Amino acid sequence: MSTRHFGQPIKRNEDPRLLTGRALFTDDVQMAGMLHVAFLRSDLAHARIREIDLGGVQERPGVAAVYTADDLGDFWQPGPLLVPPPPVEQIEFHQRTQVPLAKEKVRHAGEAIVMVVAESRYIAEDALDDIYVDYEPLDAVVDLEAALADDAPLVHDDLERNVSASVVQSKGNWAQAEAEADTVIRRRLLYDRGTAAAMENRGIVASWDEKSQQLTIWDTTQAPIAIRNGLAAMLGLSEHQVRVIAPFIGGGFGPKIMMFYPEEVLLAWAALQLGRPLKWIEDREENFYATTQERGQVHDAAIALKRDGTVLGVKDAFLHDAGAYAPYGLTVPISSQCTILGPYVIPNYHSEFVSVFTNKPIVTPYRGAGRQHGVFVIERLLDIAAREMSLDTMEVRRRNFIRPDQFPYANEIIFQDFTSLVYDSGNYEPALDRALELIGYEAFTREEQPRREAAGERVGIAVVNYVEGTGIGPYEGARVNVTASGKVSVATGVGTQGQGHFTSFAQIVADQVGAAIEDVHVVTGDTDLFYWGAGTFASRGAVVAGNAMHAAAAKVRAKILKLAGDRLEAAEEDLELVDGQVRVKGVPETSISLGELALEANPMRGGVKPGTEPGLEATEYFGPERGATASGVHAIILKVDPETFLLEIEKYVVVHDCGTVINPLILDGQIQGGVAQGIGNAFYEQLHFDENGALRNASLMDYLLPTATDVPNIVSDHVVTPSPLNPLGVKGAGEAGAIPVGALFAQALDNAFRDIGLEVREIPLSPNRLFELVSEAVAEGAR
Amino acid sequence: MKHTFTLTVNGRNYEREVEPRLLLSDFLRHDLGLTGTHVGCEHGVCGACTVLLDGEAVRSCLLFAVQASGREVETVESLDSGPQNLHPLQHGFWEAHGLQCGYCTPGILMSLVPFLRENPNPTESEIRDLLSGNICRCTGYQKIVEAVQLGAELIQEKST
Ligand code: FES
Ligand code: FES
Repeated sequence: MSTRHFGQPIKRNEDPRLLTGRALFTDDVQMAGMLHVAFLRSDLAHARIREIDLGGVQERPGVAAVYTADDLGDFWQPGPLLVPPPPVEQIEFHQRTQVPLAKEKVRHAGEAIVMVVAESRYIAEDALDDIYVDYEPLDAVVDLEAALADDAPLVHDDLERNVSASVVQSKGNWAQAEAEADTVIRRRLLYDRGTAAAMENRGIVASWDEKSQQLTIWDTTQAPIAIRNGLAAMLGLSEHQVRVIAPFIGGGFGPKIMMFYPEEVLLAWAALQLGRPLKWIEDREENFYATTQERGQVHDAAIALKRDGTVLGVKDAFLHDAGAYAPYGLTVPISSQCTILGPYVIPNYHSEFVSVFTNKPIVTPYRGAGRQHGVFVIERLLDIAAREMSLDTMEVRRRNFIRPDQFPYANEIIFQDFTSLVYDSGNYEPALDRALELIGYEAFTREEQPRREAAGERVGIAVVNYVEGTGIGPYEGARVNVTASGKVSVATGVGTQGQGHFTSFAQIVADQVGAAIEDVHVVTGDTDLFYWGAGTFASRGAVVAGNAMHAAAAKVRAKILKLAGDRLEAAEEDLELVDGQVRVKGVPETSISLGELALEANPMRGGVKPGTEPGLEATEYFGPERGATASGVHAIILKVDPETFLLEIEKYVVVHDCGTVINPLILDGQIQGGVAQGIGNAFYEQLHFDENGALRNASLMDYLLPTATDVPNIVSDHVVTPSPLNPLGVKGAGEAGAIPVGALFAQALDNAFRDIGLEVREIPLSPNRLFELVSEAVAEGAR
Repeated sequence: MKHTFTLTVNGRNYEREVEPRLLLSDFLRHDLGLTGTHVGCEHGVCGACTVLLDGEAVRSCLLFAVQASGREVETVESLDSGPQNLHPLQHGFWEAHGLQCGYCTPGILMSLVPFLRENPNPTESEIRDLLSGNICRCTGYQKIVEAVQLGAELIQEKST
């Protein structure tokens, strides 16, 4: 048997190209006659546009075209609603989606108003200075609660209130749980906005070829197929006339799946108008306004428990900041609503939320996509309850875990994929035990912490749990083709933004067809090479496309065996696929190479048997019945500098269960990167909007991303509970690192400052904010 | 108004006419087609655009192309001699999974080249200090640190 690739820490096929600077990113596309685009964007968050004075910009040398909303004619349409409202009984929903260029009114700072096309980006940006927009400033809607006041200004004038949607979901009977409880804890918990800040900003190149009547788009999108379909429909072209290529992408994290960004539709449209290739590359400042963001929510939560710590129920009402438009439907708040249930048995749950329009940039999923809030709420409630009831925090968790024999576990509410929330599998207690062991919980709390505290240090420990719905449908597909060169071509529709798909997919295929890993060439994200698919989101690439890959490769394997059996005059059971050869077991001289077989499978002359398909090729699709539930535990020990309130993370442990592991190297990388983003989200990164909706820190100088000296080494371990929902048994892993970090920091800081009764009820924090919270807690204690 | 200037990039001499305000990063990427140098922030924070100017790491988004007049620039494209023939540091990154999306990688490699020349055996904290000038949003840095350690070993092996 040849070595199995699946499950091995194989180094990545794509890396040599990336390491040598030869990988193609969108801004690397260079075409003859290319023009460059810049956008005039609103300085104000909320204003009526009285007049746009183009001030002779068209005459500026080098300017090729200038467009305002009025110039777009019928093409000016609000974008589509990507995700319709879920099938929930109690729901109110108002569809308001983004427009290509603002007309009459701007609704968030950075909204595009004028598009300038010029011979270079430098000229296009000069030209923006020629244009003058006369605004009538309006009061901005910034705060979520104020947004719902009767006299609040309206983001969308035709709505009665700034309500994008409201949803109520429940299971069991909260009122009864509350009545029967020994203790009910109520808290207000806050989570504020951050930005994904992928290192590569967004970008688009659009080129219309008049002779072949073909539109080609290079786009930093996570969903090239959906972009192709939508653009073709908007432009009145057939899908075969539009090719969307998502080349190498410098990080996605969710916002690159927004559809359709105004720039995407405008560049495609203008390329047709002008007949010349166009390029727009977002700069970092634009990225802070024009790329979507996430995480603003205000929760009023309550938990009802019995004296022994058994949870009877949870009630939660929250406001969700949708931003100025809501193209992504309710994916984020529904995810928060579902994630609150965590790995625990919560028999009674009542949850309602209002998604609120504000004069801030658009909110769509960003790594975690609402799950951070859910984990924060439930873990905080348990921490606070344990403290108020003088119970052991970890014991309370154990008492309420869903037991292994309770799976599949039905939570009776609707998840973001519109199926009922059912956990397929899980085994939570061993992961908690392992995390406690790795962080050294006993020794730390018993011995080390008291000793160090006595010496004047401030150190805290925390351990939190989470579950993560991953790998949701609808489906993905894959085509596997063994070619006459002996190399294997593999194509799928999902785009890739650094997750190592070129390698993990190759591993899956290599095992089936017996090829070397470097001979499996994976293409992702080119709509001309694979027609069908949904996109890379919700930690689904490995699960959904991975299983499609597996199915297609298995079919090709069957074809190989059949053909080779005929050719080598051997029974299929007696054959083995090794090193690019099909051999008769025990008789390695009797063999044929995959390349030769591929050639024979595509004969140039002679008859073939009826029903024979040419080539060693197969296309298969996979659509899971519902998402696979991954889970895990994070643990931390941190030290707070008592003077500066800067933190030092002394130890960080992740024990994770994402089912079967395809490539542990890639998985570790995903977890470590996720944790780094979570750390940023918990303690460094916050978007500061003032009362006028202006963003005060729109640069990497002022918006602090964690650096190599802020992020610790992470000790990780895995528990494997394969998912029964797909043949490979895999679950998604892309978001797990980032989800629980806010809750973890809160618990650790409470623990470090337990002598003064600190109770962290908000994320993100910062040294300043921590200082304020500690001072408040001290003042309160003195009262 | 354009300026004519000459410079050496990756050992090749160029004479070009450019606007004085053209950034070195744009010049390398778009005028010379050396797109391995990336731009992540255009304001000197992320380090993605790092190249060597007369052997020293600089941020090409903070320099005008004409400031490189008469000088020598090295970009990531100068490190390997073909994809089959990687620089030992690139090997270190490949083996240790020191990159995910790879967008930050060229800048990190170019920051490391002079650093490792000065410090052939860096400690973890020295490596982290150096790396703190480059932002990576994907990896969490841990595997980059391992990649640098491995790369440093491979460089030494090669030179002995
Ligand atoms: S692009 Fe030059 S430092 Fe960020
Ligand atoms: S690998 Fe993506 S930014 Fe570093």
